[in-house]
Amino acid sequence: MSAPNSSYDPVEVTPLQPDEVARMREEALAAIAAADSLEKLKEVRIAHAGDRSPLALANREIGALPPSARAEAGKRVGGARRDVAEALKERQTVLEEERDNRVLVEEAVDVTLPWDRVPRGARHPLTTVAERMTDIFVGMGFEVAEGPETEAEWFNFDALNFLPDHPARTMQDTFFLEAPSGGESGLVLRTHTSPVQIRALLDREPPVYVVAPGKTFRTDELDATHSPVFHQLEGLVVDEGITMAHLRGAIDAFVHGMFGADLRTRFRPSYFPFTEPSAEVDMECFVCRGASVGDPDAPCRTCGSEGWIEIGGCGVVNPRVLTAAGVDTGRYSGWAFGLGVERTLMFAHGVEDMHDMVEGDIRFTSAFGMEI
Amino acid sequence: MRVPVSWLREYVDLPVDVTGRGLAARLIDAGLEVETVDEAGADITGPVVLGRVLAIEELSEFKKPIRYCRVDVGTANGTGEPQGIVCGARNFAEGDLVVVALPGAELSGGFAIGSRTTYGRLSEGMICSATELGLWEDHEGIVVLPEGTGQPGAEAVGLLGLREEVLDIAVTPDRGYALSMRGVARDAAAVYGVGFRDPAEVAAIGTPGAGYPATVADPEICSRYVLHGVSGFDPDAATPLWMKRRLALTGVRPISLAVDVTNYVMMELGQPLHAWDRGKLRGPIEVRLARKGEKLETLDHVKRTLDPDDILITDESGPINIAGVMGGLETEIDMTTIDVVIEAAHFTATHIARASRRHQLSSESSRRFERGVDTELQVAAATRAVALLAEFGGAVVDGGYTHVDLSTARESIAIDADHPARVAGADYPAGTSARWLREVGCEVTEEASGETLRVTPPQWRPDLTDPNDLAEEVIRLEGYGAIPSVPPRAPAGRGLTDSQRTRRAVGRALAGAGFVEVLSYPFLGERDFDGLQLAAGDQRRSTLKLANPLNDDEPLLRTTLLPGLLRTLVRNVGRGFSDVALFEMGLVYLPKPDAPEHAPMPPVDRGPTAEELAALEAAVPHQPRRVAAVLAGDREPAGWWGRGRPAIWADAIEAAREVGRAAGVELAVQADQRAPWHPGRCAALYVVNNVVDNMDGGASRTLVGHAGELHPRVIQAYGLPARTVAMEVELDQLEEARSGLRAPEVSTYPVAAQDVALVVEESVPSGEVEQALRAGAGELLESLRLFDVYTGEQVGGGRKSLAYNLRFRAGDRTLTVEETTAARDAAVAAAAERTGAVLRG
Repeated sequence: MSAPNSSYDPVEVTPLQPDEVARMREEALAAIAAADSLEKLKEVRIAHAGDRSPLALANREIGALPPSARAEAGKRVGGARRDVAEALKERQTVLEEERDNRVLVEEAVDVTLPWDRVPRGARHPLTTVAERMTDIFVGMGFEVAEGPETEAEWFNFDALNFLPDHPARTMQDTFFLEAPSGGESGLVLRTHTSPVQIRALLDREPPVYVVAPGKTFRTDELDATHSPVFHQLEGLVVDEGITMAHLRGAIDAFVHGMFGADLRTRFRPSYFPFTEPSAEVDMECFVCRGASVGDPDAPCRTCGSEGWIEIGGCGVVNPRVLTAAGVDTGRYSGWAFGLGVERTLMFAHGVEDMHDMVEGDIRFTSAFGMEI
Repeated sequence: MRVPVSWLREYVDLPVDVTGRGLAARLIDAGLEVETVDEAGADITGPVVLGRVLAIEELSEFKKPIRYCRVDVGTANGTGEPQGIVCGARNFAEGDLVVVALPGAELSGGFAIGSRTTYGRLSEGMICSATELGLWEDHEGIVVLPEGTGQPGAEAVGLLGLREEVLDIAVTPDRGYALSMRGVARDAAAVYGVGFRDPAEVAAIGTPGAGYPATVADPEICSRYVLHGVSGFDPDAATPLWMKRRLALTGVRPISLAVDVTNYVMMELGQPLHAWDRGKLRGPIEVRLARKGEKLETLDHVKRTLDPDDILITDESGPINIAGVMGGLETEIDMTTIDVVIEAAHFTATHIARASRRHQLSSESSRRFERGVDTELQVAAATRAVALLAEFGGAVVDGGYTHVDLSTARESIAIDADHPARVAGADYPAGTSARWLREVGCEVTEEASGETLRVTPPQWRPDLTDPNDLAEEVIRLEGYGAIPSVPPRAPAGRGLTDSQRTRRAVGRALAGAGFVEVLSYPFLGERDFDGLQLAAGDQRRSTLKLANPLNDDEPLLRTTLLPGLLRTLVRNVGRGFSDVALFEMGLVYLPKPDAPEHAPMPPVDRGPTAEELAALEAAVPHQPRRVAAVLAGDREPAGWWGRGRPAIWADAIEAAREVGRAAGVELAVQADQRAPWHPGRCAALYVVNNVVDNMDGGASRTLVGHAGELHPRVIQAYGLPARTVAMEVELDQLEEARSGLRAPEVSTYPVAAQDVALVVEESVPSGEVEQALRAGAGELLESLRLFDVYTGEQVGGGRKSLAYNLRFRAGDRTLTVEETTAARDAAVAAAAERTGAVLRG
């Protein structure tokens, strides 16, 4: 082990001379400034800040100085190395930025190129609009009830107070099913979603709050406003103390949810065997809000300048229907409604021809996407 | 029912300023469905005036005889000189009063009248026919007006009522009374609160019991039977112009005075009438049910076999009428009839309804009887008819009439006075119920100091039978607008069921995968099954059949969703789309082999018993929900990114798997042969049942559908693009197989991956190799993926190499190389044992 080199003459250690340190620093800074690429800068870094760079070597000599001189020399060399490191870092940043700019520009693409590589699908708007209608009622606490589309006449007619020889039974143009023998089968394609009322009442105890969306069938030829296959949303409430006021409240909630808040509704007296009293429901035209009525200069296509749009039928469940479903009419009463899904779609989204909903043209359906 | 407003005003003191539209709005509020308000004759403009034919010059030099007339039109032509008019009609004489359209007038359908030279004469206008004036359909010639109609030159539009507002009311089945002017007038009077003059308030003429002899066999078929008559009727007597006009406005074609009178009284009062030639009746009339084998040739010249449920009018010769539906040909009045018997009866609605349907005869008469005719109207109606026949037909009313009255008094209905208010959920002032019920003709007695009402509905309202019927009368007249809006208060709901949510998920998954949803009609024909190449005995040919299809070629209900999808695919291709992916979700309709011949119809005066319900359900066909998809053209199109990829059989299977995943089940695939698929490119799809139910302790599986490429013959039959692929699965069965989801364990230890290449015979399905590998690899296997299939010289003919990537991981430790290798070797060994696989060196 050797003692510190206390006899060392600082004058003889040239690299630690202030001029020399300054020169090394200047040389380094000049080299850094001159480096015009990251590769060059890397070489400069090795040459001027690496283990074998003049400043690093000078730094090693500090230990050889007498203690009295070390502090000053250390400060001088350290300051120079910091400046060099700083300059390297700055230059690195600048050069990286230059490189990035260059490379990213080179990598630029035409973002307007089309990407129809992944095929686009869609759900049928009648499906999605029926779901939306349904969900308004589900939000009010209703459940969704279901029934078959090929139905026993008893469910479709008899239990709904369409008596066998009543003219109402022939009012709905019914598809009848043939028995295997060729005779009458007592089965029909359901003419409305109302048989689900009976099924819901047989399935559960009151209070019953259900809606039933579904396919229905009548012997209408397809034209702009008719289709032999169409869709309804049935609603049924059976509870204690039920009145037409609640029916109106439910219809209002639907209209407000589907077409817009504060639209007015009106009931017109009508007749259905399974409700008594019965009403047709109109809502205020959500396009013109009645402004087109009597104004030939501003006709409204949506409501035909009537100011009102018919959206369905409703009424107080005829107690005979409750009786047929085994419900105690002394205790319970109810109401029911039937809303047209096609009509709702036609009005809400400007569909003008039933053919579009039936034909399955992908242009029509695709326009509605996944949800409505 | 078409209701001319001027006719209505005869019975109601409507305010003068009430318009047709205003009246319609009020009647709609009161429950009559007024569909349109027509203005008949609105398109007749300009000078249409009365004229008197002064001179007729016959022109015979033309193909048909032509008349050149000089017609006095007063000063309407501005000169006061007779107007010269050429006319082709011949049913008028000098001195007749006619209607003249002068130049400048326009008749219905934009028919402009001018001066023109025709048949060598200047014709300055036209002598009009009833059709040209829109009065009624008449091609017999021009209309000759009765004397006293007005002076030549007088404006004809007002005098003849050429312009008239007519309400067209769609009468609902409960409101039979509104199939008459009388019924609509009574409602109009009630809503305006004005006076009503009942046209049925006519005093009977003659002695009751002294008319044509008649008996009624059973009060259940006919509660009242009235016969009255006239003698010395002039068969040539003309129907007065006003009556013809009114009939035409209500949509009834004028025929002859006798027929017109019966129709007019029916429109006025709502009572269907029948008129016989008394000279053709044989002995007393009996009203009775038909006997088996009886026949009758009706007015429409159809010989009908009568049903024991038909009510008949008979005389000694046998049946002469199907009561309330149609008369017999033999006893019809004709142009020689001088003695007329008029029948006014009340037949039982249900019998008439059945007879009308049975004989496919829906007449104005049967429509009214079906809906219920006033039970006390018959004497008045018969009286009104014979009086009109006497007045206009020069006849004498018989001195006596027949009146068989088997009616019973109507039962009253007791309701709480506040029942209507409780049904409406509204507050009505005391007395409201009684007031409105009296307004519609009910007799109302207040009991229990006004808390209960005893209500006897009027004889013209057979629909009022229940308390709610009465409530409706009160609520509609009080105004539906008075019902408040109160949000319903449902108990907390449970949202959608699993099944309902699954359906939405499936729809979204397929749409997300690029399929467009279709809702096609479920109607098929045998042609569709032939196109699918189904064998003669294929289960899918066993269908339900419509008795009354819209299209005779498509009477069957679908047992598969594919035909509808394929047709929609073809339609889209035809409209210029070559790459199409469609799906449909919906029911198929499958007959139950043990279903009864006729679905039961339990009584409705109580709920069905469990047995009745079970019998009903047994009759309702099986209707499972299916999902199907079809693809044609490119699944991925070519583009600037590179080449496209045509849709192939695997896309169809993947679509089915997509459905399975959305439904929460994994589908297993196995090669199968089934129409309509390509026999070498058809997959049977299974779900593995969770319940271990067989002797081996292994899980059973259920066939849920098929997928693959369609058979070339199917492609040809439907005109599909080549290589169209399709799948169909039964969603209901997927739902059944679904089990609760459990969270997987997510290990954070490192994965150990191993690739193996196995050589097997070409006929070995890769699915079996995969199954064997999985079984052999054991629990450490995290995932397995087939990443290459190779056939070629290196593996030898008839063989293929399957390259798999196996990833192993444990939940509790880092696997050692030995563990991983052991697991891989076990997997390969299992594959070797089960499929003969050899590790590729």
